[in-house]
Amino acid sequence: MTAIMENASTSTTHELLRFATAGSVDDGKSTLVGRLLHDTRSILADTLAAVERASTAKGHETVDLALLTDGLRAEREQGITIDVAYRYFSTPRRSFILADTPGHVEYTRNMVTGASTAELALVLVDARHGVVEQTRRHAAAAALLGVRHLALAVNKMDLVDFDETVFISIRDTFTELVATLGVDDVVAIPLSALAGDNVVDRSPRSPWYVGPTLLEHLEAVPVGEDPALEPLRFPVQYVIRPQTDQHHDHRGYAGRVQHGVVRVGDHVVVLPSGRTTTVESIDGLDGPLAEAFAPQSVSLRLSDDVDVSRGDLIAALDGATIATQDLEGDVCVLSDRAIGTGDHVLVRHGTRTVRARVVGVSLRLDLTSLESSPHTEPLRLNDIGRLSLRLAEPIAVDDYSHLRRTGAFLLVDDQEGSTLAAGMAVVARCLEG
Amino acid sequence: MTATELVVDEHIPGTQHPTAIERTSTVTTTREHASATGTRRLSQLDTLEAEGVHIIREVAGELERPVLLFSGGKDSVVMLHLAAKAFAPAAIPFPLLHVDTGHNFPEVLAYRDSTVEHYGVRLMVALVQDHIDAGTLKERPDGTRNPLQTVPLLDAIERGRHTAVFGGGRRDEEKARAKERVFSLRDEFGQWDPRRQRPELWDLYNGRHRVGEHVRVFPLSNWTELDVWEYVDREGIDLPEIYYAHERDVFLRDGMWLTPGGWGGPKEHETIERRVVRYRTVGDMSCTGAVDSTASTVREVIDEVAVSTITERGATRADDRLTEAAMEDRKREGYF
Repeated sequence: MTAIMENASTSTTHELLRFATAGSVDDGKSTLVGRLLHDTRSILADTLAAVERASTAKGHETVDLALLTDGLRAEREQGITIDVAYRYFSTPRRSFILADTPGHVEYTRNMVTGASTAELALVLVDARHGVVEQTRRHAAAAALLGVRHLALAVNKMDLVDFDETVFISIRDTFTELVATLGVDDVVAIPLSALAGDNVVDRSPRSPWYVGPTLLEHLEAVPVGEDPALEPLRFPVQYVIRPQTDQHHDHRGYAGRVQHGVVRVGDHVVVLPSGRTTTVESIDGLDGPLAEAFAPQSVSLRLSDDVDVSRGDLIAALDGATIATQDLEGDVCVLSDRAIGTGDHVLVRHGTRTVRARVVGVSLRLDLTSLESSPHTEPLRLNDIGRLSLRLAEPIAVDDYSHLRRTGAFLLVDDQEGSTLAAGMAVVARCLEG
Repeated sequence: MTATELVVDEHIPGTQHPTAIERTSTVTTTREHASATGTRRLSQLDTLEAEGVHIIREVAGELERPVLLFSGGKDSVVMLHLAAKAFAPAAIPFPLLHVDTGHNFPEVLAYRDSTVEHYGVRLMVALVQDHIDAGTLKERPDGTRNPLQTVPLLDAIERGRHTAVFGGGRRDEEKARAKERVFSLRDEFGQWDPRRQRPELWDLYNGRHRVGEHVRVFPLSNWTELDVWEYVDREGIDLPEIYYAHERDVFLRDGMWLTPGGWGGPKEHETIERRVVRYRTVGDMSCTGAVDSTASTVREVIDEVAVSTITERGATRADDRLTEAAMEDRKREGYF
């Protein structure tokens, strides 16, 4: 902890890890989050004093660390967490954005939201209860959202006398479970959030455990994918045309590299039109670049006078996707409006929004048994199921499990504009050639 | 009230095109070098910068008549700097809006005007005083005008038919803000309903809204106070001088050093002292407190922030101390 105290300042080589927490009620998630924030010196004195005052006012004998994350009046009054809360802390090695997702009310919706940007999901279990139904659901939601790294915090080890056999049994059950979900990076850590064992500091009470503490793991887990291994995906956000004497013919296609690398001289295809062209130059945020990679925000200039506008996707010629009007995907319903066959919705994908009709519902995933079964009824709030959609215009979509950011889409209410569902495209692998 | 009584000042942009971009060119070489070593990894600051620019471009691509709230505070300046980078070499395609309480620090107003000229943008100013004169707002007994900004703000948004309003709010500032979305829908009365927030997934920001509604957009959602200072340092961004240590006449109220002024301080029993202080936030003079500090450079401020045991708003904002849910209540009514 001394090391953290000495240098909480960030440097330019500092990396950022986004992770999400999930746990059932009473697993001690709030305590663990509080412990991480406290031991990394991220809760400042006045915040802690406010929480102490609020705890006393509520008649609690100890400081209720849950009050740190329950920011809304209704949450504090009802003693529940309604919404995903974002927390920030840093160590000399990394900065962290923690999406703290509530374990009970509408947990699937919140878990899916938190996991959508997370690279690691931290799942909590109570050492006395082991893997329970909620644990399976949390792991399944994280896997579905494409979270690459799972960390299992086996909490309350002090209540089982730091018994190694208890830990190993839970670890093995969980590892077996997630293997069926297609997640291969799992690390299990025995800890006590309340006492601080193996959270930041190594515990003398578990000499048999040789793995990392929770914070050591969060600091060491690989961040991001290697952009060089992925094909270029660049959704065009905005066309920059200065129309000044100095920049008379400047036409820059501004956007964020969502996957892959783009270099000056690359041959690229503009989708959905299918026209090919060459990257003439790349304008970074501080001047010209020879190459740009995900997730940089840049502006591309193309050598041909092709028609490109917001909503188009600039992609690598090799490994390009195809544009289609038929979209199939797994969706998680996030709103009270059920989604069924014949419904009209909007599909938001990349920077493009198109009208769509639900052609059919085919499957529903049971998060407890982790099995999909045929289902044709409308999907309701917190349901996860498979839909096929017919689109008014083609979009260039990728398989979500292959390319997360160009495989993701939203279903949006065509009247109110509200977000109805999170979608993950399913594209047959044979199309990738 | 007629339109001419409000949104008065329109500052004509200077002819200079964003020189801020040119100033930072030296940084490029070091970072290009980092990528040439084959790591292809963005640092934390580069990640936050790329995200902020992406958010700002989404608004320009999706929404009509955006406006950027500009107070002259460090967060709004960083947001403006990101906007300049997002559209270079073209001009920033939207104006700025400042809600002036009439109790602003003169140093900050001078800074505001020179910065507007530096970036070549158009500034609109909505004055709290106009609303007090017209009778649509009343002075509060405690003299603070900070909560009075909501009415002029919503009025300016309605008059300008702005469907997107950029704010410099950060989630690390306050517990209600920790639950705020990047794209946050406001109803036709400008109100925020935390229970009806849209889930926000991946970086697919949903700005669709019905006529009369608007979207508040927070490009710095994921930045911390320290990130903002590190970025100010890296980019060589000028800030109002009151952010750095200086000698000032102050008096103590509610444990904060306030600056004397026409807004109603000090009272009889409060005595003025001369101290070396700086400001961690820049707001209305009546409710923004200074902290004892000798940090006179960006690096010294960063060292100070890194070891501070008090949050930014806790140290310096009387308005957040009113109740436990003071910020949530103001946000519900349409505050920043």
